[in-house]
Amino acid sequence: VAELAEAPAPPRDAVLAQIAGLRRIAIVPALNEEQTVGRVIEEIRAFDPGFDIVVVDDGSTDRTAGLAADLGAHVLRLPFNLGIGGAVQTGYRFAFERAYDIAVQVDGDGQHDPGEIARLEAAMRKDPSVDMVCGSRFMTGERAYPAPISRRTGIHLFAFLLSRFIRERVSDPTSGFRLYNRRAIDLFARDYPHDYPEVEAVLMLHHHRLRMTEVPVRMYSRGGGVSSIGAGKSAYYMIKVLLALFVGLARARPVVEPGDRAPVTAEHGI
Amino acid sequence: MDTRIQILALIATGVLLFIVLELVRRRRLQERYALLWLVSTVFLLILAAWRDALTKVADLVGIAYPPNALFFLAFAAILVVLLHFSVVISRLSDQTKILAQRLAMLDERLRRQEAPVLLEAEGEPEPEPEPEPLTARRFSPR
Repeated sequence: VAELAEAPAPPRDAVLAQIAGLRRIAIVPALNEEQTVGRVIEEIRAFDPGFDIVVVDDGSTDRTAGLAADLGAHVLRLPFNLGIGGAVQTGYRFAFERAYDIAVQVDGDGQHDPGEIARLEAAMRKDPSVDMVCGSRFMTGERAYPAPISRRTGIHLFAFLLSRFIRERVSDPTSGFRLYNRRAIDLFARDYPHDYPEVEAVLMLHHHRLRMTEVPVRMYSRGGGVSSIGAGKSAYYMIKVLLALFVGLARARPVVEPGDRAPVTAEHGI
Repeated sequence: MDTRIQILALIATGVLLFIVLELVRRRRLQERYALLWLVSTVFLLILAAWRDALTKVADLVGIAYPPNALFFLAFAAILVVLLHFSVVISRLSDQTKILAQRLAMLDERLRRQEAPVLLEAEGEPEPEPEPEPLTARRFSPR
């Protein structure tokens, strides 16, 4: 196991004790991930049995939904493919309606290590003003993140632009390994971007006066199955997200009342 | 202009007008979308009936060849209609998304209720808080 450049993962038991009283849920978006979804569920349980797990099945044609249900997870079966944005938003709505206090998003393809939820949790406990914690694959000392150069270039471009827009350093805005508190769940249950949502979501969060922070995590190559982003879609991805970012800059901002630190509702007009 | 072509144009636009109205009558076309078509059909009817209209309009905006004015107007009208459709499609896909999400959540709830045996096998079922309707609080200031 390679060492992380940053501090070692916080002790699991200490983190678990801090969140013991909170209703917590893991949201696992999955599209044809029958090879990995079971392992992801078991690893989340192994980390913390107190996590409820909801698998959002975005129109899989394999046994993803059945496997997850057999393992006792909540399974939200979307009647047709909504894309990752619509799928994870279903998870946030579920979390919002069932009044969960914290939600963690873990991809169903096995690229995130549920054991590292401890890092995300620790960051949120350390600073209660933080509403979202992102796992960043670029804050570790390793340069070994397995992704084609084109995708890495795209990620760094988004990171550069976002950091300028929100005036805070963002190193990995496309990471889908994220922890949300109640306020962030509330916001994203109401409104979440469509196709490639993570980058835009950071900007949305900022506009709604919510705060985010990043912690270093490792990400793995997919454990199996096929990524939803093929090579041909990469260019479209870049252009779509860039457009979304610049449109997002001109979008309606939330109105902040004096003394109201973080509203999640918005009115039209900049 | 030949009178025959004018009669032909009048008949054609009349048929178009009839088709649009008939679609509305049979509830195959909603009034709100029929409106755009009705306006453009009436517009065509005016052009067909009033011979000099096109020439006058072309003169007014400085188009030398009157049929070009017609093409320009038709092109602009079609663009507006298509843009309108894109807006409608966006709204529909948004609504469809929300419906799919609701459906998935209701489906999950139903399956849980219909399979109580499975729940017991995993331990005591957790008490679920009353679901909070998302729409009720939408856009209300905090």
